[in-house]
Amino acid sequence: MNAVRSITRSRLFWPVTALAALLIFNVIVTPGFFGITLKDGHLFGSLIDILRNGAPTMLVALGMTLVIATRGIDLSVGAIAAISGAVACTIIGDAPDPGNPGVVAVAIIVAVVLSLILGSWNGLLVAAFGIQPIVATLILMTAGRGIAMLITEGNILTITSPPYKFIGAGFLFGLPFAIIIVAVMVAIAALLTRKTALGLLIESVGINPAASRIAGVRSRGIVWVVYIFSGLCAGIAGLIISSNVTAADANSAGLWIELDAILAVVIGGTSLAGGRYSLTGTIVGAIVIQTLTTTVYTAGIPKEIALVFKAIVVIAVCLLQSPVVQDWMHRRRPTPSSTKAVAS
Amino acid sequence: MQQTPIVEMTDITITFPGVRALDSVSFRMFPGEVHSLMGENGAGKSTLIKALTGVYSIDSGTMTLAGEPLVINGPAQAQAAGISTVYQEVNLLPNLSVAENIMLGREPRKGGLIDWRATRARAAELLERLNLDVDPRSQLSTHSLAVQQLVAIARATDVDAKVLILDEPTSSLDADEVAELFRVIGRLKESGVAILFVSHFLDQVYEISDRLTVLRNGALVGEYLTKEILRIELVHKMIGKELAVLDELEGRTRQAAADEEANVEVPYLEAKGLGRKGAVEPFDLSIREGEIVGLAGLLGSGRTEVARLITGVDRADSGETKVLGIRRRLRTPRIALRERIAYSSEDRKTQGIVDELTVRDNIVLALQADRGWFRRISKRRQDELAQSYIQALNIRPANPDALAGNLSGGNQQKVLLARWLAVAPHLLVLDEPTRGIDVGAKAEIQKLVSSLADEGMSVVFISAELEEVLRLSHRIAVMRDRRKVADLPNEDITVGQIMTLIASGADEGVNA
Amino acid sequence: MTTTLSTPTFLDRAKKFAPAPRYASLVATLVLLVVFFGIGASRYRNFASGQVVLNLFVDNAFLIVLAVGMTFVILTGGIDLSVGSVVALSTMIAASLAQAGWNPGLIILIVLAVGSGIGLLSGLVIHYFKIQPFIATLAAMFLARGLCYVISLDSIPITDPFFTALARRIVFAPKLSINPSVIIALVIVAVAFVVLHYTRTGRTVYAIGGGEYSGVLMGLPVSRTKVLVYVISGFCSGVAGILFSLYTLSGYGRTGIGLELDAIAAVVIGGTLLSGGSGFVIGSVLGVLLLGIIQTIISFEGTLSSWWTRIVIGALLLVFILLQKVLTLRRR
Repeated sequence: MNAVRSITRSRLFWPVTALAALLIFNVIVTPGFFGITLKDGHLFGSLIDILRNGAPTMLVALGMTLVIATRGIDLSVGAIAAISGAVACTIIGDAPDPGNPGVVAVAIIVAVVLSLILGSWNGLLVAAFGIQPIVATLILMTAGRGIAMLITEGNILTITSPPYKFIGAGFLFGLPFAIIIVAVMVAIAALLTRKTALGLLIESVGINPAASRIAGVRSRGIVWVVYIFSGLCAGIAGLIISSNVTAADANSAGLWIELDAILAVVIGGTSLAGGRYSLTGTIVGAIVIQTLTTTVYTAGIPKEIALVFKAIVVIAVCLLQSPVVQDWMHRRRPTPSSTKAVAS
Repeated sequence: MQQTPIVEMTDITITFPGVRALDSVSFRMFPGEVHSLMGENGAGKSTLIKALTGVYSIDSGTMTLAGEPLVINGPAQAQAAGISTVYQEVNLLPNLSVAENIMLGREPRKGGLIDWRATRARAAELLERLNLDVDPRSQLSTHSLAVQQLVAIARATDVDAKVLILDEPTSSLDADEVAELFRVIGRLKESGVAILFVSHFLDQVYEISDRLTVLRNGALVGEYLTKEILRIELVHKMIGKELAVLDELEGRTRQAAADEEANVEVPYLEAKGLGRKGAVEPFDLSIREGEIVGLAGLLGSGRTEVARLITGVDRADSGETKVLGIRRRLRTPRIALRERIAYSSEDRKTQGIVDELTVRDNIVLALQADRGWFRRISKRRQDELAQSYIQALNIRPANPDALAGNLSGGNQQKVLLARWLAVAPHLLVLDEPTRGIDVGAKAEIQKLVSSLADEGMSVVFISAELEEVLRLSHRIAVMRDRRKVADLPNEDITVGQIMTLIASGADEGVNA
Repeated sequence: MTTTLSTPTFLDRAKKFAPAPRYASLVATLVLLVVFFGIGASRYRNFASGQVVLNLFVDNAFLIVLAVGMTFVILTGGIDLSVGSVVALSTMIAASLAQAGWNPGLIILIVLAVGSGIGLLSGLVIHYFKIQPFIATLAAMFLARGLCYVISLDSIPITDPFFTALARRIVFAPKLSINPSVIIALVIVAVAFVVLHYTRTGRTVYAIGGGEYSGVLMGLPVSRTKVLVYVISGFCSGVAGILFSLYTLSGYGRTGIGLELDAIAAVVIGGTLLSGGSGFVIGSVLGVLLLGIIQTIISFEGTLSSWWTRIVIGALLLVFILLQKVLTLRRR
């Protein structure tokens, strides 16, 4: 009984259940759903597609998790992704030999460095100037698209560069390279937060900023770092997105990816109010979101109701995770402020 | 002068998970009378008031107002019933104007729309009654806390109230403002309003109230007429010991440290004229190495404010601090920690324990923050630390992975203590470290503090339990009404003497 | 309570002319509006005409209404991300029902009811399930957008004579014309102004932003009002949707993407604090006009690409946010 209790109480319970439900639904509707075939040394199948197409969202959600853990939010990730793709494609496109791996490497490095700078800008506004995260990142979200357009001069920059295309569309060891990138970033994030004290300090700052301050935790630096990391993730995601089509479309690259990312984080069990976070939960949440999109496609759900379908699943998971429902389900004894205090 | 009470609360019990906030408490108020509610931290005063104003629902007991049973579901109903309240935290809206705050929810209307001219006029009337020279149109946040408190009082006096509740209304007021307030209270008394007055300023309580009720640990100690109880008796009733018992002290009391050493040494921490407006008057305090300085005083007397100033948690408006003779501006807790000065918060729930982290995480938090991000304390070392403190302080459950928020109050305090012990400070300020801890654990902590001092750690020990303070301290500083009134070596002092200092305070402000 | 013994400095004397801090943002927006108009007038020949000013209102009437609704929500410290999608949904409902020959008056009522209903759901979920406004209205955004596509994936033209009549311009002076949408928008602004500044409900909105718990202790109807602001936002989205459908004379599920951000930007530039409790509808209107005039300048410039709009708006947001930060700091 206790084992069941602890499983249902685990934050991962609902996201994993939602994912399982979706997958089962898919298998019923499309019997070949779980099929994975090996072709040309690459793995193919719906499951692989989900992982590959969801890679950018997973990456952005990864960075978003740490930001949200510090009670913040980063709305500019889509813009950063667009800028990143635009910069890379411009460098490659202007080079005499776009297919040269060296040129591609330079383009990638410049894009990544730029993303770090943009993330740092967000961190400056939030940590140093004390501006509300939603407002601070709204600035880059608004201006960023314009900057991306400026870089591409309003055109969709198409390039031909096999090394670049490898990022988003290539396979390594049979798996899509994009997924490997995500795995590496997750590993880096996990190492960074669990092997150093960052994870503990981030959570402490998010759960109880006052107590953390008295304990001597330097929250300013920590907040700055998480925004830089978020920028980095968004930049790499932008490279994956643009490399997938070997083009940079400043208008639509990463459009609304911040919303999917925030949803992934929330579904994964991290609260928007900050504090304890779960990288695993976020990845599961991102997979849920991507599976929703794929389900619509493979189950032949008419495009008309696809979005409503997604909305209902999202609403259901959020409601189930709400404090009110959680208290009711676990018959948790509420604190004085919630029962006794009576609002008119 | 026997009248019928206008408010009668009978056998009120309110329980929260794990704690009985009010245990069969009875309380009554008479029209035209000022009735003071007295009691230390956790005595139940706030809870009783919130029961009367409908913020909390009662588990058992009855309330009547003017003879009719009183059943209220929220603050709006309480107001409608004629109970008007001024809360301790000045629950007003800083973003709105003074006039609005006074009249919010009751603005006079003309043709369905708010008549601002009438609103401002009425507000001006009420402000004038309190002799408050404030522009009704000005924004509330532009005024000092004192003025805001008076505005809150103006709001409360507008309603045709039968009962007026004033919860710590004078905590930010100066003598003139208090006098003005008391004049208004006097007038309200004459018009038959029953007034509930809560304040830790004993002088004021004695000046204004007709009747006193003392609560302790959620239970009723007694109801007395002000003129029939001496201050010293009152303090005893609040803190809980009989006069006779106090003079027989059990246990070894720590004697003052030898004078020869004292004159040569530079104190570890020396505060001169350190003060913060609205929190505590400028004070001097010096703490030698290996010395335990006890800070005694009633709730609200400024002990915590002193603690927060010398540990960098709050920023001082005036004065300076010296650590080992060198001037240091203790602007943040981090800077203070670098000077090896640590503060164990009084409010362990909101400023101490990080409830969603484990016991282990909580214990190593300050140590880790000190080492920075990258030099993580190894899991093995973390476990060692956690285990050793869990054992040393007898933390239950003895599980380092338990979430700190699920522990009982006493055990949370021990975890917090462990956190500070782990950074091996030179000066440790303990604010009410034994509150809510069982007797056995209390003794353990006291022994621990004692041995730490023997090894050279300086300690500032704040506690409402005077025997504790006496037993442990080399020196005792007494706080009263946000001012330090005494600073004496612990030589043959009795609890009774400290109580006298607290109750009547050497008005000349004796500083050793 | 304080007496200054020294002679007043220049700064002291200048301060007497400075507006109260809470109006400072408003004045700044107004000044910028005038400045930008001046820039435009000096650079382009046809800029300094009354029609250019009127066109600001004509082109942005729906955004003005949206910004008004958003102001209510933001004043309570919340946010509503669903407004753009509800606008799109409203155009879809209007267009599809008009195509089916329904009575225009009834159509309008239905659109307003749907908008308000979505707002009601958001408000209830936010207050009673204690879900963050960001997430709740995000979900509403997806739902509304999804319902658009359920109605139709393509755009539906509106040919109903009532609507086309409403979309026609009213010429009231030589070279000066507006359309009914502007009048509707201004009426909504006026009503909002009266509600926020002359009714107890409006003052409760400000109170919630200033301190919800204090509002409860003061006996204000906090729960009711918190839900009400989302209903108002939904209602305004419905109105904006109708105005938008008049502007484009069609219903299309892909319109209004990003409109919520424009509304939020207008509100912030207009001086309303995102933390709630402080701000004016007039400010939000000025914010919309400022955004509009930037658009106009950029289109007059011709050579400047339209994405400069985004960059300038971003820069403006930065300036206003820093300004707000400085002003609130000084107050403490």
